[in-house]
Amino acid sequence: MQKKEVKKTDENILTRMVRNQMFIPLLALAALALFNLIAGPEFFAITLGTNSAGNPVLSGYPITILDSGSELAILAIGMTLVTAASGGQDISVGAAVAIAGSVLLRMLCGGNSRPEELAMPIIVAFLISCIVAMLFGAFNGVLVAYFKIQPMIATLILYTAGRSIAAWINNNELPVITDPGLSYFGGFIPGVPIPTPFFIAVICVVAIFLVLKFTNLGLYTQAVGINENSSKLNGLNPQLIKIISFVILGLCVAVVGLIKVSRIQTINYSVIAKDIEMDAILAVALGGNALSGGKFNMAASIFGAYVIQFLTQTLYRFKVSADALPAYKAVVVIVLVVISAPTVKEWFGKMSRKFKVKEVA
Amino acid sequence: MLKKKVAMLLAVAMVAATVVGCGGGDAKTDAPADDTKTDAPADDAAADDGADDAAADDGADDAAADEGADDAAADEGSAGGTIKVGIINNDPNESGYRTANDKDLKAMFTAENGYEATFQYSMKNDEQIAYAQNMITEGVDYLLLSAADTAGWGGVLEDAQAAGTEVILFDRVIDASEDMYAASIVSDMDEEGNKAVTWLEGQGLDSYNIIHLQGVMGAAAQQGRTKALDEKVKAEPDKWKLVVQQTAEWNAEKAQQIVQSVIDSGEDFNVIYAENDDMAKGAVAALDAANIEHGVDKKVIVMGFDCNKWALEELKKGAWNYDGQCNPFQAKYIDDVIKSLEKGEEIAEKTIIMEEKGFDAKEITDDDIEKYGI
Repeated sequence: MQKKEVKKTDENILTRMVRNQMFIPLLALAALALFNLIAGPEFFAITLGTNSAGNPVLSGYPITILDSGSELAILAIGMTLVTAASGGQDISVGAAVAIAGSVLLRMLCGGNSRPEELAMPIIVAFLISCIVAMLFGAFNGVLVAYFKIQPMIATLILYTAGRSIAAWINNNELPVITDPGLSYFGGFIPGVPIPTPFFIAVICVVAIFLVLKFTNLGLYTQAVGINENSSKLNGLNPQLIKIISFVILGLCVAVVGLIKVSRIQTINYSVIAKDIEMDAILAVALGGNALSGGKFNMAASIFGAYVIQFLTQTLYRFKVSADALPAYKAVVVIVLVVISAPTVKEWFGKMSRKFKVKEVA
Repeated sequence: MLKKKVAMLLAVAMVAATVVGCGGGDAKTDAPADDTKTDAPADDAAADDGADDAAADDGADDAAADEGADDAAADEGSAGGTIKVGIINNDPNESGYRTANDKDLKAMFTAENGYEATFQYSMKNDEQIAYAQNMITEGVDYLLLSAADTAGWGGVLEDAQAAGTEVILFDRVIDASEDMYAASIVSDMDEEGNKAVTWLEGQGLDSYNIIHLQGVMGAAAQQGRTKALDEKVKAEPDKWKLVVQQTAEWNAEKAQQIVQSVIDSGEDFNVIYAENDDMAKGAVAALDAANIEHGVDKKVIVMGFDCNKWALEELKKGAWNYDGQCNPFQAKYIDDVIKSLEKGEEIAEKTIIMEEKGFDAKEITDDDIEKYGI
């Protein structure tokens, strides 16, 4: 009997959280927008121009946010699932992007670091890089699911080794691809003035929402994240669910790898997608999702990703030194974590009860 | 629990910040593969000719290698034996600079050049020190060292002196008095910056509105390349202005975002001063997206460093204007030092500064790209 009661109050807290979940990112966005508006409304100006290839492109801060934020949004999808299922985070995302990008380039240039023409169609190379990235995701997933290693520790392996693996895949060469077809994914498709990464993000978002709507993945993931044992008793396979979440993150990683490589048409193993895992995890946290797993709200995470890019862009606007950016983001993390810490929540609860009691009195 | 995790994450993220010497060095995580890598190159170098020939072909300065071969042949006649060298370097994956550096060394210290070489790689100082002590115990004649960190080498140098091993430093200096080592072969980063700024001044623009993209703060290459520009801006504040001075941490994407941000803000600029080629490339990607003309006789001057082959090709195309060299080819200099020491000559100047070039897009030739591209 007692157990049931506990569950009930849990549900109450959860429903309350879900109701408020978009609140934090929206508040953050409003604050940032207001701040930028006061500092000068030209921040929101969008102009239509042409790029050096003569194609129409939109430009301006909002477009840049959509452009760069899309990579983050795609990663946030996978990171949300991993967080929900395993109650931990994958910190190897940046290194895995390096691997995926390296595989993509290796396939495209077929061992020759300066190919005249592509060794295979981009789509084939991309699919291969997807498979590789999903395998690495599965590797992380197996460590977490079967060996019960804390996700952050399990993924520390790939975090440390990933960039060396990426360099090794291309024999330490830095291939440069000149084919214009590759540049479309991280730039603009001729004739379309909106940056392609945004479309790619939209495709990913639609795909995950269809999956969540028409399969039980969302439900199962939450069940495993809330209580692994009871989900097992209900006939789920928690190991499999966890691995699936890591594999989906692997797929997201491959997509981001394509965008990143496309942007500069080459790769630098040691700096590509550096510290992107921080931003992806922050997106999940900003979306109001519990970093300890369980219930999640995908839309809030994705929205959170764009808000973080908004923050980054704002800091760039004010010429905050790039190496100081993590410090500002850390402040956001601290605020979020403190707000969602159980002791603080309890304290808030007490305060509000007291307040109510006073009111009644 | 939650707090713990986030604290751990932050700690992990911060671990990534190590600083390296020349070129496109960067915060590279240490490869656990280090240990497995160490033995293979040693076998290569010591053993079969076929492999060594291949390495020589790959290596950039064939001329130097040939020359070395001749010298060595003569040397063998007189000394009647191979010279044992132990080489301790940073991880070749670190950057294009280091890869070129490693190739150059491997091409020089071969059996047919009269050397028996052992290579060890690590980006950790303590591991390097352990390798060094092993090498001294094994009785190498020369210890060639590119130290991960400047401190902590006192013991090694004393051991080396006691064992009669000559120590030659390359690329990086360490905290030690000059008489503890035979020579040190380094790049002068300040000079690289001066050369670039002098070149820029020579372009005779009416005003210089510069986007300055810096490397990882504190790296020797960053400090040297920044210093010259900072001084110039300070000296002529009316004519020289920094529109933005930001670290993009050797990273092309960050550079692209920073330049994009300047373009979005509508501020005017006519020079991109990027402290490595990757960042220049990122900057150019942003320029292209906004249809801002760059290169020879165009609105924006693009400057990079390190002389990657692809960057020099951009120069040749006229899309970039300038690229400063950070010379990774120290093997020939080291070889010269060893030759002199073998003959019993004194090394007059212990600090040998390598000659480095700056390439102007208008003057660069295909030969330059072949010879100096890394």
